[in-house]
Amino acid sequence: MTHGYCGKLLEINLSTEKATEASFSEEVLKSYIGGRGLAAKILWDRLGEKWETVDPFSPENTLLILTGPLTGFYPGGRVCVSGKSPQSNGMIGSTVGGEFGIDLKCAGYDGLIITGKAAKPSYVTVFENEVSIRDATHIWGKDGKQTLKILTKEGRNQLKASFPEYGELKEPSALYIGPAGENKTRIAAVMAKWTHAAGYGGYGGVMGSKNLKAILAKGLGPLPEVHDIDRVTTLMDKMSNKCFKDELFRRWGTGSGGFNFANKTSSEPIRNWQEEWHEEKSFAVDQFEQRLWVKKYWGDYGCPTTCLKIAMPKTGEFKGSITDNPDYEMQAYLGPNLGVFKPEDSVYLSSLMDDLGFCGIQAGNVLGFIAELYQRKIIDKKDLDGIQPKWGNARAFGELAKKIARRQGIGNTLAEGSFRAAIKLGRVKKKDLTNYVVHEKGVAIGAHGIRSGRDYTSNISYACSVQGGDHTSTAETPTEHTNSELNSVLHDSGVICMFNTFSVDEDLIWEFFEAVTGWTTARQEWYETNGLRILQLQRAMLLLGGPDLKWKPRIDDDNPPRFYEPLPSGPYKGRTTKKERFLEERKEYYGAVGWDKNGLPKPETLRKLRLQDVEAKLIESNILS
Amino acid sequence: MGARKKVWIARDHLKCSGCRRCEIACSIFHEKRIWPEASRIRVFMLVPGAEFPHFCAQCEDYPCVKSCPQGALSVNPKTEAVLVDEQKCTACGICIDACPGKIPHLHPVKKTILICDLCDGSPQCAKVCQEGKWGALQTVSKGGWRPVYRVYARKPEEVTRDLVSNLYGETGEDYL
Repeated sequence: MTHGYCGKLLEINLSTEKATEASFSEEVLKSYIGGRGLAAKILWDRLGEKWETVDPFSPENTLLILTGPLTGFYPGGRVCVSGKSPQSNGMIGSTVGGEFGIDLKCAGYDGLIITGKAAKPSYVTVFENEVSIRDATHIWGKDGKQTLKILTKEGRNQLKASFPEYGELKEPSALYIGPAGENKTRIAAVMAKWTHAAGYGGYGGVMGSKNLKAILAKGLGPLPEVHDIDRVTTLMDKMSNKCFKDELFRRWGTGSGGFNFANKTSSEPIRNWQEEWHEEKSFAVDQFEQRLWVKKYWGDYGCPTTCLKIAMPKTGEFKGSITDNPDYEMQAYLGPNLGVFKPEDSVYLSSLMDDLGFCGIQAGNVLGFIAELYQRKIIDKKDLDGIQPKWGNARAFGELAKKIARRQGIGNTLAEGSFRAAIKLGRVKKKDLTNYVVHEKGVAIGAHGIRSGRDYTSNISYACSVQGGDHTSTAETPTEHTNSELNSVLHDSGVICMFNTFSVDEDLIWEFFEAVTGWTTARQEWYETNGLRILQLQRAMLLLGGPDLKWKPRIDDDNPPRFYEPLPSGPYKGRTTKKERFLEERKEYYGAVGWDKNGLPKPETLRKLRLQDVEAKLIESNILS
Repeated sequence: MGARKKVWIARDHLKCSGCRRCEIACSIFHEKRIWPEASRIRVFMLVPGAEFPHFCAQCEDYPCVKSCPQGALSVNPKTEAVLVDEQKCTACGICIDACPGKIPHLHPVKKTILICDLCDGSPQCAKVCQEGKWGALQTVSKGGWRPVYRVYARKPEEVTRDLVSNLYGETGEDYL
């Protein structure tokens, strides 16, 4: 008996409409845990051989939605979404909050493996062990809020039909996509609860490519048995008590960063990262709170922190737009990054991105990119179907976003994400436009700049990450460092909420693992073998890449050009990333994770981690000699 | 302290964060497992943001107790909570229909009715809600307001409608 696990995964082939079960040995689970780690294992085993040729939007891509042993126990419920990423062409573990993972585990499954492609728009329901593929033609094209409304209603009726004797059952949990996912944009998220998104990776588009509008799950059973329930309960209390004291997130959410990261640490994207400093007090959290919040504490399963707050303007042009907070990333990317400094405008844009099913970071990045080209008169309104994206014009950005979500006109190019769009547009304009893109390996960089050196990020955070621009998965040395990618892999494999790890000692996380699974997994083992092994798998898949783009570590393990321009304003004016320093740190990082000076996993690293098949494949593909 | 005061769980739905710690506490107390659908208190989210705990309000006239053809339901004289005799309960569901809020539901495995028993006088749900400083649930002494308790016995859709209207005003109509 593996404590904390149901012991099986549900595999659904949408082409054949067959559902089967898959399971893993205790040894595999011990090594890969769940979530992101297990996703790396499954993807490598299934697609590794042919990785470069697998089109992320083809039926052969495998979409994974995985829980971990800590899902449901460690406060704050999350699941990890993965597959071959249409952004990086590698594999990204993208987590999203909510009760989906709880319902899945209560239904008896640790996760979902989804392959193939449905013949027509469909949604899947997993009610206990009853799996159905249902018609979604009537929901296809609908925005997020309407989608969830219809799904909740239909799900409740289906549950009543399946379990008539139960009385009222709670609504099923849902993961769904908006129009941006349906139309296979590379910047679409897998959504939950209106505002929650597995954003990084582009898995909304992967769902869209499978004609899969949504998945509903409902379980009636308990969460799996744990090794020591009393200890788990004590730990839950202990952790919650610590988080209650973290007034910053509990009270203001990540929106508390809105003024801090711009004004104090000077690391917020402003007008497509042309600046990283402002002193607009309108973007301090108090004005969002006082003017817009209708719910101040909003959390997912078991969460003591509730960093989510619901905002809705009650007056003005954007009356009735609903979103959460917006959280710091949305505030930044759909605020100052677009020259928007009015809270209501930012709420409108954030709400629109939710409705269209975008990752707000990726979408805000591409909108900022196009606005800079407009500012520099590289493109004009003729190129943009008449839209004029002047800094601060929220309406214009909204209109562009709608075109992107539906791949209409210029939207079809921008739907590729900023890096690919820059290549396409550059061909037309006969100019290298990639210099204006702030991305890392096709993934837009999170709203924490590195130039001031005052944020938590460092010179190598993004350049060396196996998830590219993902600000929740940064590279850092030593590998035991709080901001090290091995810790992100741990959280995303657990699957636990990173924001509920900030106020607790790392020991507590390991204690949780032990109380739930009964495994006395030494911390050392994680940093030296298990965590490192997952990192190598992700690195291998990233280096293999394809089919449309491949990354060369010597060139592509680098910061975007903008991060080498001096900051033009603020207390750190003139400061920038020093290339020589960066190269030294990169070399040091390569060494710490077992890569050679060119950023390639060393054969001895791979052999030590029992990844001989990875070595063989990298040799076959001429990545290793 | 002599005869213990009878208690009631006062609820302030607008303060519910949706964290569901009440469900976790309830099911650990009664089942020694974390078990959302076996919890006597369950948080519904028919519209995001409008989460609320759904559980027995101890109506003064106990329509559920009266409706039971098997005599499986009774009132605990000490707490005034409804008790379920698992031996007698046949899971016929008549009490579910008798409840104005359709609150009783089946235990997923035992197939007997689940109704809040106030944890024999010290409700665990309210305890964790207070510890979390949410204040959506609070154990109060049972006072002269008893007749109004039953107004909380409402169906999930009814409660949701009110909360959505309060939170989102006219906009909320689109999401019901």
